[in-house]
Amino acid sequence: MSANEFIIDVRGVTKKFGGRTVVNDIAMQVRPGEIYGFLGPNGSGKTTFLRMLCGLLTPDGGSGHCLGYDILRQSAEIKKHAGYMTQRFSFYEDLTIEENLDFIARLYEMPDRPAAVERSLERLTMTARRRQLAGTLSGGWKQRLALAACLIHQPQLLLLDEPTAGVDPKARRDFWEEIHQLAADGLTVLITTHYMDEAERCTQLAYIAYGNLLAKGTVEEVVRSAGLTTWEVTGKNLHAVADQLRGRPGVEQVVVFGATLHVSGRDAVQLQASVKPWMTGEYRWQPIASGLEDVFISLMETAADNFK
Amino acid sequence: MNFAHFNFRRFVAVVLKEFIQMRRDRLTFGMMVGVPMIQLILFGFAINSNPKHLPTAVYSADNSVFSRTFVRGLQNSSYFDIIREAKNTLEINRLLAENTVQFAVTIPVDFSRKLIRGERPDLLLEADATDPTAVGYAIAAVSGLTPTILNRDLTGPLAHLTGGTAPFNLVVHQHYNPENITQYNIVPGLMGVMLTMTMVMITALAITRERERGTMENLLSTPVRPGEVLLGKIVPYIGVGYVQVTLILLAAKFLFDVPMVGSVPLLVGLVFLFIVANLAVGITFSTVAKNQLQAMQMTFFFFLPSLLLSGYMFPFRGMPVWAQDIGEVLPLTHFLRVVRGILLKGNGLAELMPDLWPMALFLAVMLTVGIKRYRQTLD
Repeated sequence: MSANEFIIDVRGVTKKFGGRTVVNDIAMQVRPGEIYGFLGPNGSGKTTFLRMLCGLLTPDGGSGHCLGYDILRQSAEIKKHAGYMTQRFSFYEDLTIEENLDFIARLYEMPDRPAAVERSLERLTMTARRRQLAGTLSGGWKQRLALAACLIHQPQLLLLDEPTAGVDPKARRDFWEEIHQLAADGLTVLITTHYMDEAERCTQLAYIAYGNLLAKGTVEEVVRSAGLTTWEVTGKNLHAVADQLRGRPGVEQVVVFGATLHVSGRDAVQLQASVKPWMTGEYRWQPIASGLEDVFISLMETAADNFK
Repeated sequence: MNFAHFNFRRFVAVVLKEFIQMRRDRLTFGMMVGVPMIQLILFGFAINSNPKHLPTAVYSADNSVFSRTFVRGLQNSSYFDIIREAKNTLEINRLLAENTVQFAVTIPVDFSRKLIRGERPDLLLEADATDPTAVGYAIAAVSGLTPTILNRDLTGPLAHLTGGTAPFNLVVHQHYNPENITQYNIVPGLMGVMLTMTMVMITALAITRERERGTMENLLSTPVRPGEVLLGKIVPYIGVGYVQVTLILLAAKFLFDVPMVGSVPLLVGLVFLFIVANLAVGITFSTVAKNQLQAMQMTFFFFLPSLLLSGYMFPFRGMPVWAQDIGEVLPLTHFLRVVRGILLKGNGLAELMPDLWPMALFLAVMLTVGIKRYRQTLD
């Protein structure tokens, strides 16, 4: 590794597919041991960016280093020290758990392969199920197998593409425990997700929409930089109120949460003026801190206006 | 099936959906509409089970009016094309072994002298009968015209030689397969046909499957290189190919009594070239096909001409020149000549050379295309 203090240090990364810019001029710095959350709507270029980092796609523009290797010229070296977990389960369903792990260990030329496979099986607590075909595993177990396989060569960087999609809450929590444990041991993790609770467990966040990086920083920084004001409303007939509020100047988001209503906008003054008529005894209004979800939806809608 | 609950609208919904999907998959659509058309025209004009204009060599040790008339008579029958004047018997044998000619005529010394004396001299017609159907009609034709072929030259004092039996004795030697046993030709050929079918299909599917199931993305993110993947995919199937070869050779020997005149180890060695050539085709297909269905269709697109234009099902020389040119490109065409050449004719490396380099060239081109198209990235 170079003297660079960053595990990932890239700038200007751009990718076009047939004239359409999928990733546009993205810069990113990730420090060792960080859990870097990568968020954005579907089709925003998250997967494409991850694929460029691990050498699966060649960037059309940009430069920088990943693990101290040039992202344009040394993708073979990057592959040796990074682990990439694909969005879709991409191990061999007609191979057993053990055979899959052994195959991957061979590809990475692990010195003491049987021991490495054994370590993975133990960490997975799958030692007893080692001869089970991977295709017969449930979604949660497939995800754990994929994670174990990505870690078998003890990479310094882990790239996870929506690893918890379709996984139950308990398995999701266990998975995040594991990720935090790995980060504590010095592994750097770059993870894409759609779940806000997961985003909040990341040490750093980046928000990307339509190929553009819109916000980055810690959770607090991202929320603060959005400058969003949010009111929580309680009372009766909230659906009717919501319908009336939508579209009024300054009102950017109106979301019904069962018994409460969240109303938010970036222009606090205009927002207050717009909601004034409903601030009667019938409804209780209370300013609350904006959540990540509110911030992201706000970012997304602004991005839609600017880039679409 | 229970038709009591058959609902016509639901049925129509399925039909419409199928049509939409069919139209979306351009390649499949093309394969269903365009390819049958191409093949109809191709095979319709190419295939001919009554081959004429077969290349023939003549070794005439007796330059007389009679021998010239006989040769002209062969030519006029349209079954024989005299392409070579051989200088001796040795050359005749070589031309037959190398597959340069289908027939060879030997007119012995003193042919005309003996003929005039009424001694009914022998006249030798040798045929490469590895494929009995290729020579059957031609031999029948020459036998039919023999009794009267010289009548115009037998005038004056020789007129008594006309009528009744021919004034000479036509001896027909059917080399390599004198009893015209079809199996001798078909069984060794089947080895090539089966290898073409299985080797191309298996490799085409093996790589396409990785892409279809998403495992390719994972594979590409590891340090493994394209050459390692391609070679690693090919080698197991070379083994499978050799299992097939062994089984067919055993069956040929013990089940069909196919003669094995030449060196079986030589054949086993040369099969390697053919197997790898077919695997290269499979790899190239797999880099083009988007899914396993398309890979399968491409395999058939390759397999059908191999079957029909290689000389396996129909005599190669019965086809028009343009169809023979297509056939010459296909590895099966050359492999059939190699396997029949070794087993039935006892050919060695020297005689096989004309068929080995086209296979090697085909392999080189296919492999280059395949490796060029196989990418290490997902771009």
